[in-house]
Amino acid sequence: MSTYRLQVNGKPHAVDTDPDTPLLYVLRNELELNGAKFGCGLGQCGSCTVLLDGQAAMSCMVPVSVVGARKVRTVEGLGDARTPGVLQQAFIDEQAAQCGYCIAGMIMQATALLEKTPAPTDAQIRAHMAPNLCRCGTHMRILRAVRRAADVLAGGKR
Amino acid sequence: MSIDTDRRHFLAAGGALTLSFAMPAWSAPGELPKSFDKNPWLDAWIRIDADERITVFTGKAELGQGIKTALLQIVADELRIAPSRLTLVTADTARTPDEGMTAGSNSMKDSGTALRHAAGQVRMRLTELAATRLALPASSLALKDGAFVALDGRRASFGQLVTGQELHVRATPEPAPPAPGVRTAIGKSLPRIDIPAKVTGGGAYVQDLRLPGMVHARVVRPPSQAARLLAVDDAATLRLPGILKVVRDGRFLAVIADGEYRAVKAAAALARATRWETPAALPVHPTIADLVRAQPSEPTTILDQGARVKDGRHVEATYTRPFQLHASIGPSCAVARLVDGRYTVWTHSQGVFPLRGALAELLAVKIDAIRCIHVEGSGCYGHNGADDVAADAVLLARALPGRPVRVQWMREEEHGWEPFGAAMVAQVAATLDADGRIADWQYDVFTPPHNTRPGKAGNLLAATHLARPFTPPVPKPSPQPEGSGDRNAIPYYRLPNARVTHHFQPKAVIRTSAMRGLGAYCNVFAIESFMDELARAAQVDPVAFRLRHLEDPRAIEVVKLAASKFGWDGYKKVSRRGRGFAFARYKNLASYCALAVEVEVARETGLVRITRAVSAVDCGEIVNPDGVRNQIEGGVIQSSSWTLLEQVRFDATRVLTVDWASYPILRFGQVPEKLEVHLIDRPGQPFLGTGEAAQGPAAAAIANAVFDACGLRLRDLPLDRARMRKA
Repeated sequence: MSTYRLQVNGKPHAVDTDPDTPLLYVLRNELELNGAKFGCGLGQCGSCTVLLDGQAAMSCMVPVSVVGARKVRTVEGLGDARTPGVLQQAFIDEQAAQCGYCIAGMIMQATALLEKTPAPTDAQIRAHMAPNLCRCGTHMRILRAVRRAADVLAGGKR
Repeated sequence: MSIDTDRRHFLAAGGALTLSFAMPAWSAPGELPKSFDKNPWLDAWIRIDADERITVFTGKAELGQGIKTALLQIVADELRIAPSRLTLVTADTARTPDEGMTAGSNSMKDSGTALRHAAGQVRMRLTELAATRLALPASSLALKDGAFVALDGRRASFGQLVTGQELHVRATPEPAPPAPGVRTAIGKSLPRIDIPAKVTGGGAYVQDLRLPGMVHARVVRPPSQAARLLAVDDAATLRLPGILKVVRDGRFLAVIADGEYRAVKAAAALARATRWETPAALPVHPTIADLVRAQPSEPTTILDQGARVKDGRHVEATYTRPFQLHASIGPSCAVARLVDGRYTVWTHSQGVFPLRGALAELLAVKIDAIRCIHVEGSGCYGHNGADDVAADAVLLARALPGRPVRVQWMREEEHGWEPFGAAMVAQVAATLDADGRIADWQYDVFTPPHNTRPGKAGNLLAATHLARPFTPPVPKPSPQPEGSGDRNAIPYYRLPNARVTHHFQPKAVIRTSAMRGLGAYCNVFAIESFMDELARAAQVDPVAFRLRHLEDPRAIEVVKLAASKFGWDGYKKVSRRGRGFAFARYKNLASYCALAVEVEVARETGLVRITRAVSAVDCGEIVNPDGVRNQIEGGVIQSSSWTLLEQVRFDATRVLTVDWASYPILRFGQVPEKLEVHLIDRPGQPFLGTGEAAQGPAAAAIANAVFDACGLRLRDLPLDRARMRKA
């Protein structure tokens, strides 16, 4: 057991945990953040996607001991149900969820794209979202939601 | 996530239900919607409190299909109140009606119909009470925002009218007259009430529960169902930090720890410290057809009409479906707690009442010692690991009383141990007469069970691994017209001479159970592929060929609508691309779904890509159009994934497809470029449900489009790259 200082959604946290604990478990259990989900623990599905210094990362594959000073962002950092962020609002507007278990990961994957590529083509969106799995078949709506968010951001309608 | 764990509330709610038997019946029982059979009292469905709170109870569960929102829309219109004024309580053995399983696309038909009926009668009852209270004729009162208003301005609110047991009356069979005024909720695409929490990290799932003092457990599964445990040494595991308990009962092995990842590591350590004998107990055959045909069958003729006709053009074909996975993105999870001899189980089971019975048998306790509360999980698409993990959780809660125990399966458990969708063989032979009509139809479907749900403790995985194991009950097929493996085995076409036989195989080689659509997926794939083959043999356009054999005007309308929206008649074929069509009425009594798709086939890589899919659906009266569209879109894409990619593989000793690399599903790159859903609304017609309507049509439409694109008729699912390259 060691103490790790993490910067999560702009706030500093100190957590006592085993060094090999994946960041996912720390976010969910120590910091009580529900957004990142356990899907496979193998880096194959993207349910646990968070941002590390703006890069999409599968938090089930990142031991807490290697996070270091990198800024961690989860879907909770984008907004809440009362004041959703642009991507979250776009997912609500497009009703882009069925069971929704994959959606927080999808939104974080999309956040990584839109921060680097504010005006992506549809093909870029598809390619970028490829690591993330959805089983309900909500793909068309997810693509539309990302498109909508990109358009909103481009129009400055924040 | 806040959860009502107040035991007094639990007992009080239970008490209200038991009291009900002392009350006089409002009227003689008659033909009520099915869900009233076990739940005849209006206040089992709708409760009104003095503070104007209106609580709606359903025995169905939200599975991501959007049922919560649609049910509230129905009640809102009957009570003439905004849906936001209503609170919904879903499947909970202590609080809600028992409506069996949330399955079979039946939630709108069952609970939607029951709630509409109950809410209508509640409105009538409230109207009488208001008329009495205000001493005015009922017809002079206006109903608005939860209150009756008289012309003189006096009001009687719902909360004022219901001060005691006023709603504790039996529902009567005759439906209430339509509520006066304009409907504001039904037919509108109300945004789903569950989505905001899901996109913002709110507590939305059983996986998100955090109860005070909660501990984490993981199970160490055998290498296979037949494996025998030779030895286990838990000494090293017990030395790991945070380990609270190692549980062993026969082949059921588990660890409980103070932290989740500690439980994960301890389970891995314990797995390394076990020795198993893994017999070669699984049948290995060169093909799925060989495997399925090798199993003993119990044939039942489910359709036998007309005579055998042998004159004409004879066509026959055999279609197969492999074992497939529900493959939920989030592995199954449950939390259970044992306090003072009573268990509380938070579960994403599709049937909290049947599960409670099975758990009671497993634990040898009375059913009222167990409360099962549905909390959403990852989408299940049928009988996945939800019930099994609840069994794991109660066994471990029993081993550590007082502490809530959370168990989540690992990915390889979900892939390896969920009950699989059944492998099937469908063989069909037909004769075409000189006019290009089907003169004779012979259909045989061979299939292991599609329903091994609890029920009984023996249906729970862990129960079969205990030192004193429970034996799974012998599965039975569901009768027609719904059927199970023979669901949709009877074509929805006019066939004067036809014989359909269901060869049910009670002894499955590997555990199988209900997966979205049951046998309909393979039967519709077979029938609708074969209709395409027959149309080509008759040299008739496949859509025209179907229309020639359809009688039901609603079926004809969806077929025509899908064809016209796709642009079937003016279609210009280009190289590598082709179009395919399919239609089914789910269970031959529920939703109508027709689908036209265009695919692009790259023979050199074997890749099939769907460029366009256009569907038309008639699901009766539509409550939430966008909800229906979401279900159909999801059905088309999920079925595309099953159809293009998915098969369970195993060797003689064990299942080999235990992650997303060995069992890939559709990713963004392969989903259609365009996917349209066109709806036909039928106000006043029964709700038909939509969850499973697209599964079969999508499979056949894709296979038919592949044939049109490249001339390959693929009759064995999946149409994956290996098969496409080999064909």
